[in-house]
Amino acid sequence: MDFINLIGRVFLNFLQSMGRFAIFGAKSVYNCFTPPFYFRSIAAQMVEIGFYSLPVVALTTLFAGLVIALQSYAGFTKFSAEGAVAMVVELSVTRELAPVMAGLMVAGRIGAAMAAELGTMRVTEQIDALYTLSTNPFKYLIAPRIWGAVLMMPILVFIGDIIGIYGGYLVCVYKLGFNPSTYISNTWEYLQYMDIVSGMVKAAVFGLIIALMGCYNGYYSKGGAQGVGAAATNAVVTASILILITNYMLTELFFMK
Amino acid sequence: MATPKVEMKHIYKSFGSKKVLEDFSLTVNKGESLVIIGGSGTGKSVTIKSILGLLKPDKGSIKVDGKEIVGMSSKELEEVNSRSGMLFQGAALFDSLNVWRNVAFGLIQGKKLKPKEAREIAIEKLKDVGLSSDVAELFPDELSGGMKKRVGLARAIAGNPELIFFDEPTTGLDPIMSDVINDLIKRCVDDLGATAITITHDMASARKIASKVAMLYQGKIIWHGDVKDIDNSGNPYVEQFISGKAEGPIQMEVRK
Ligand SMILES: Nc1ncnc2c1ncn2[C@@H]1O[C@H](COP(=O)(O)OP(=O)(O)O)[C@@H](O)[C@H]1O
Ligand SMILES: [Mg+2]
Repeated sequence: MDFINLIGRVFLNFLQSMGRFAIFGAKSVYNCFTPPFYFRSIAAQMVEIGFYSLPVVALTTLFAGLVIALQSYAGFTKFSAEGAVAMVVELSVTRELAPVMAGLMVAGRIGAAMAAELGTMRVTEQIDALYTLSTNPFKYLIAPRIWGAVLMMPILVFIGDIIGIYGGYLVCVYKLGFNPSTYISNTWEYLQYMDIVSGMVKAAVFGLIIALMGCYNGYYSKGGAQGVGAAATNAVVTASILILITNYMLTELFFMK
Repeated sequence: MATPKVEMKHIYKSFGSKKVLEDFSLTVNKGESLVIIGGSGTGKSVTIKSILGLLKPDKGSIKVDGKEIVGMSSKELEEVNSRSGMLFQGAALFDSLNVWRNVAFGLIQGKKLKPKEAREIAIEKLKDVGLSSDVAELFPDELSGGMKKRVGLARAIAGNPELIFFDEPTTGLDPIMSDVINDLIKRCVDDLGATAITITHDMASARKIASKVAMLYQGKIIWHGDVKDIDNSGNPYVEQFISGKAEGPIQMEVRK
């Protein structure tokens, strides 16, 4: 009996937090489109998310490009199909690797920071103070973070695309001895508009996920410093899992018609 | 009779299975300075947060200036709150903003004043709470506890509110700084002609600030009267609280 009780309680808790998250998400997105807009805060978030994430995103996509070139060469050389390496690098970097890598890296950097910042503001009553000063925290704190993440993630991924493809070029030309101009023309031949665009759309969705999970966990954190730490961890873990799941669904949506 | 500034009727509020307010009723008239006393964790902060609309009671009615605020839209609530101010227990200054921007926050964001104008008012308010313009450019983490409280006070009064809340304004301060803060609160409230609701368990502070005192115990107001009557309230709970004795009708939950 106790066991059934427990399952029931866990299930109800789950439904309750899903409901709370749905309301939070709807309210956040609504407040992104209604004035007042805090353009200064949006700009600050864009710099924080876009500019300061550039090194990690560049590094991860570079290595992703390097390693995918090596592996696909190892595979294709068995069929004497080395010409396909450029295509595999281009496809996997733009469609999958750059958006997912950038998403996970930014989730770690920014999701945690957002949760910690808002969580600290929650437990020190700064969020309550905003309300008493006639300022809606959804507009002042959350909307700029969502805008920042949704606008900058696609740009980060676009840069990641270039760096990742360049990584493949480096391996193929300097390590495997491909002809540089053939490699470049192969890349251009297979590169499609949709590859780049789909990756950037994914990136915008991942940006929304990162900002929502960071803000949600921070906004509802409780119980002092420990609660803030837990909020940051939860934000990163939930955002990362959601990014991987959403990535699969979006790939199916874009490419499996 | 004039409409009361705040009128709370039959408020119930619980968190999970923990009942905090149970059939709580309290009326505060215009111009009064009410001090709510009561032990830690009895729901004093919850009471204030309910009046500000930060927490929604499970049941009951709260009227501010005769207008029901339970169930009010956030837009309307913003309008009501633009006429009130609050000093939070830990001051709750915005870490990312310097002192004058903290004080001017409500003026710039809420009342849409130009930063230059708002800064002048902020400096003026800082002077009112005994801080020189040198601190205006400092950040909250560079201030001592007493200074933070003063900046918080300046921020609470910056918009010339009609209703001001003070949540444990002297907790964590030394006795002399406490008295300084008490004096400031009394002067600011008198100058503004505002209605004030203060939470404290510091009886010296209560005697100095209050015109009325209400005691919260087990979710209800068990005594409400003039501050001059507090020493002969005839209420054993109040007597125990103001004398600060462990023996009496109030039993602390101490696990042995
Ligand atoms: N947001 C909240 N969520 C859960 N419990 C809360 C919340 N706010 C207050 N409480 C609980 O309500 C009780 C009263 O809190 P509070 O009003 O802060 O006490 P105090 O009288 O010391 O100000 C405490 O037991 C506290 O744990
Ligand atoms: Mg309290």
